[in-house]
Amino acid sequence: MGEVMLRRRQVVSELLKDRGDAIVVTGLGSPTYDVAAVSPSQRNYYLWGAMGGAVMTGLGIALAQTDTHVIVVTGDGEALMGMGALATVATQKPANLTILILDNEHYGETGMQKSHVGMGVDLCGVALACGIQNACTIRTEDELKALCKTFHDTGEPKYVQVKIDLESPPRVMPTRDAVENKITFRAALGVT
Amino acid sequence: MSNCDWQQQVYDVIISSGIRLVGYVPDAGHTALINNAKNDGEVCDVVMTTEEEGIPLCAGAWLGGMRSILLMQSSGVGNCVNMLSLQQIGRFPMVILVTMRGEYAEFNPWQIPMGSTTQQVLELCGFKVERVEQEAEVAETVQAAIDFAYNSDVGVAVLISQKLIGRKEWVK
Repeated sequence: MGEVMLRRRQVVSELLKDRGDAIVVTGLGSPTYDVAAVSPSQRNYYLWGAMGGAVMTGLGIALAQTDTHVIVVTGDGEALMGMGALATVATQKPANLTILILDNEHYGETGMQKSHVGMGVDLCGVALACGIQNACTIRTEDELKALCKTFHDTGEPKYVQVKIDLESPPRVMPTRDAVENKITFRAALGVT
Repeated sequence: MSNCDWQQQVYDVIISSGIRLVGYVPDAGHTALINNAKNDGEVCDVVMTTEEEGIPLCAGAWLGGMRSILLMQSSGVGNCVNMLSLQQIGRFPMVILVTMRGEYAEFNPWQIPMGSTTQQVLELCGFKVERVEQEAEVAETVQAAIDFAYNSDVGVAVLISQKLIGRKEWVK
């Protein structure tokens, strides 16, 4: 391709820097460290397990908090494990849900084995075929810049798959206490 | 009492308890509950591709301040196992109504392995389990499960016995 690959922390940083009161759910592994590193907030819920559950966690929040933008940040491997969730999101049509896939085509947490996406599976095509019409794949700086302008728009569910470099930046680890995270998150939202 | 009567009572309990999201995989035993949820404009009815999706769905709903309930068949419990760790590690309040298969007058032997281990699987995963055999007990037991889950931040499953649901008509 000749293009310089996008870097994961830069991608997350640019897309979340104007997040306002947006809620972020992270899939286990590097997406959790990325969001903790560049966009820490009490309105983040970090998964350290429950692989395949990030999109559905985001859907649950989106259905409960219909006036708030909910962003799921996860990896291609985590999303593959919960691929049916794309079909469920498509049928629910949550106007306020964005699914951001940091796609390095590998399972970083387990030793960089190739994922199905790395073997040719078109996950963005799956999202489109499920009926998430606002779905795209981002590969370049220019495409990322253009995406930043509309990333926080709501009105229909969005699926954004960003091709990123294989690098593993230094880990920035948020709380692993899921109860503490739950309590601070719900307090930040003001729910009882 | 017909199937519809106890299911209507359960639905009334669900609504009066403030539950506004119902997650399910289509199931004959839960038909009336599912139809009630679909026809209720105040309730999010979420049909899922696998029961496993329901655990993070309910956890997410609670993070957003919404009470929810899951409906599934005993076979679906097996689909949830690793995802149930989310309920346990986050002490999320969660209520699952399970219609049992693989027991009373079962026609399909393939339902037996999972049906025979449903209660133990749930208990091993940290859920509190109540089993009901009598129609008159279903609504009260579901009420107790909801109160238990949302007052004490636990996962509670109510197993509705196959005898209570009635024989499935196999030859049509």
